[in-house]
Amino acid sequence: MNSLSLSLELAVSVAVILLMIGMPVAYWLAFSNWRGKFLLESVVALPLVLPPTVLGFYALLAMGPRGPLGRLWIVLFGHGLAFTFTGLVLASVVYSFPFAVQPLMVSFEAVDRKLLDASALLGAGKWRTFRRIVLPMSLPGVITALVLSFAHTLGEFGVVLMVGGNLAGVTRTVSIDIYDRVQALEYGEANHLALLLLAIAFAVLCFVYAVNRRVWMPAWKGWAAK
Amino acid sequence: MGSEVSSCPLVASIKKERRDAGSFVLDVSLEAPPGITILFGPSGAGKSTLLDCVAGLVSPNTGKIAIGESVLFDAARSIDVPPQKRRIAYVFQTLALFPHLTVEQNVAYGLRDTSERDRRRRVEEILEAFRIADLRNQKPSQISGGEKQRTALARSLVTQPRLLLLDEPLTGLDAELKAAILGDLRAWNAAKRIPILYVTHSREEVDALGERVIAIDNGRVVSHGAPMDVLDAPRRKRLALAAGFENLLSATVLDLREPDGVMRVRFNESKCEIEVPLAHASVSDGVQIAIRAGDILLASQRPHGLSARNVLEGKILSLEQRGTMCVARVDCGVTFVAHITPGAVRALELVKEKQVWLVLKTHSCHLVD
Repeated sequence: MNSLSLSLELAVSVAVILLMIGMPVAYWLAFSNWRGKFLLESVVALPLVLPPTVLGFYALLAMGPRGPLGRLWIVLFGHGLAFTFTGLVLASVVYSFPFAVQPLMVSFEAVDRKLLDASALLGAGKWRTFRRIVLPMSLPGVITALVLSFAHTLGEFGVVLMVGGNLAGVTRTVSIDIYDRVQALEYGEANHLALLLLAIAFAVLCFVYAVNRRVWMPAWKGWAAK
Repeated sequence: MGSEVSSCPLVASIKKERRDAGSFVLDVSLEAPPGITILFGPSGAGKSTLLDCVAGLVSPNTGKIAIGESVLFDAARSIDVPPQKRRIAYVFQTLALFPHLTVEQNVAYGLRDTSERDRRRRVEEILEAFRIADLRNQKPSQISGGEKQRTALARSLVTQPRLLLLDEPLTGLDAELKAAILGDLRAWNAAKRIPILYVTHSREEVDALGERVIAIDNGRVVSHGAPMDVLDAPRRKRLALAAGFENLLSATVLDLREPDGVMRVRFNESKCEIEVPLAHASVSDGVQIAIRAGDILLASQRPHGLSARNVLEGKILSLEQRGTMCVARVDCGVTFVAHITPGAVRALELVKEKQVWLVLKTHSCHLVD
């Protein structure tokens, strides 16, 4: 498997997993009245300020044969976690967590509380209110979360290097591949991959900002009214 | 969901402290039988807090709320039914229509434990009753204010609630539209007969709806009864202002004439004296007098042979046309506001500075606390 498709597979897996984990966390952060909420908020935001090497280092320790996660994995599946694709996914999920949770939380918080009250008074429980009111009204936030965690995972380097260990076809992602090519003075190959990554990143950001500026809204509305 | 039509009264007796608003305490006991009961009072009186408590959005500190035999809240027994299980409809001032759903989807939102056929029939029936069937595929952002209000009412009533709470749902509509919507609401409730608690501080709406009024001020029920009894003789200053008494003046008691059931008072900082109904007061007590601008007569010559006991001489300070009504401010030592018709202004040739006489019936002068 070449490094680009490996990166894409990693990014898609991480984005999907993050959406599933991120939604309940963001929901809780948006609607809980607990005073200690700031603690969880800080934990979620940690990967934003930590160097990837710090995160990667602890991820490696945890996943190693003597780390808690690594030992659990050996008991369950008979092999370790470090230097595997699964290990890479796990570390990336932690590293990209804020990129999924923040946009979800912001868009959940933006939903008028009166709409939630109205829904409850019409007999809807929390789950139905979430599914029919909160989620549809937060669609731009959901798309932003999905795309940002995808893009952030695609571009990560430090964590992947620490946890993945640069095994071709298993853990060598495109960002590491570029680094390798430069080290080997293969500038043409490096440039090829770098340009590709640049183009993908730009397209993704264009999409996110267009969604949030509701560039396609008139088209959606026209379609929905039919 | 049962389809039985329950017409049980709401009985609430609750106390709720609001920490965010200084030391505000809501402490009320009230009963609302089937039909419309108006909650009237100045803003900040606690009307919306009361509705929030009844709906279950806010938990009272102590007390009990029940609809008929069904207890919704009882602090002593730790009962607090969540809002989604109360079967209470609540139309907010902001209406809170779901912006991403069409009118029809909004109305159908609360119906789910019924068959598809029953659901369609009920939605159709109420869309017709509230005259919004033509708008079924529109989003809330595409319809007018009055249509939004109709949609919000329909959405709440289609669920067959046991109680309807309305928090100034018709603010910002013109009188004609208001009357039309209220007419449809009345017609709908004629068959169902559920209690409706209707919050407003518009005198117009009270007169259009009025069966019963509960006046609330500063977290307490200050009076209740027929609209005329409650609002035409308010016993509190803030309520008098809210009920549209434009003249609220401080005066001092001069003498009591108990056999006649009247007393004379002098307005503070003036020589102007009038006769008002007797109240529990002694000579030289301070009192507040409330008079409606519409209860004051204006004459361009000194009137004779009237039953009215108070005739005051004064000068017009200003005349201002407001719609089909003219507001005259008259200086008689104290300033009175009187409402007259533009026709009367022309007939009496009223202009600024002109000398006029004000005529006040004794019983148009209300004493308030």
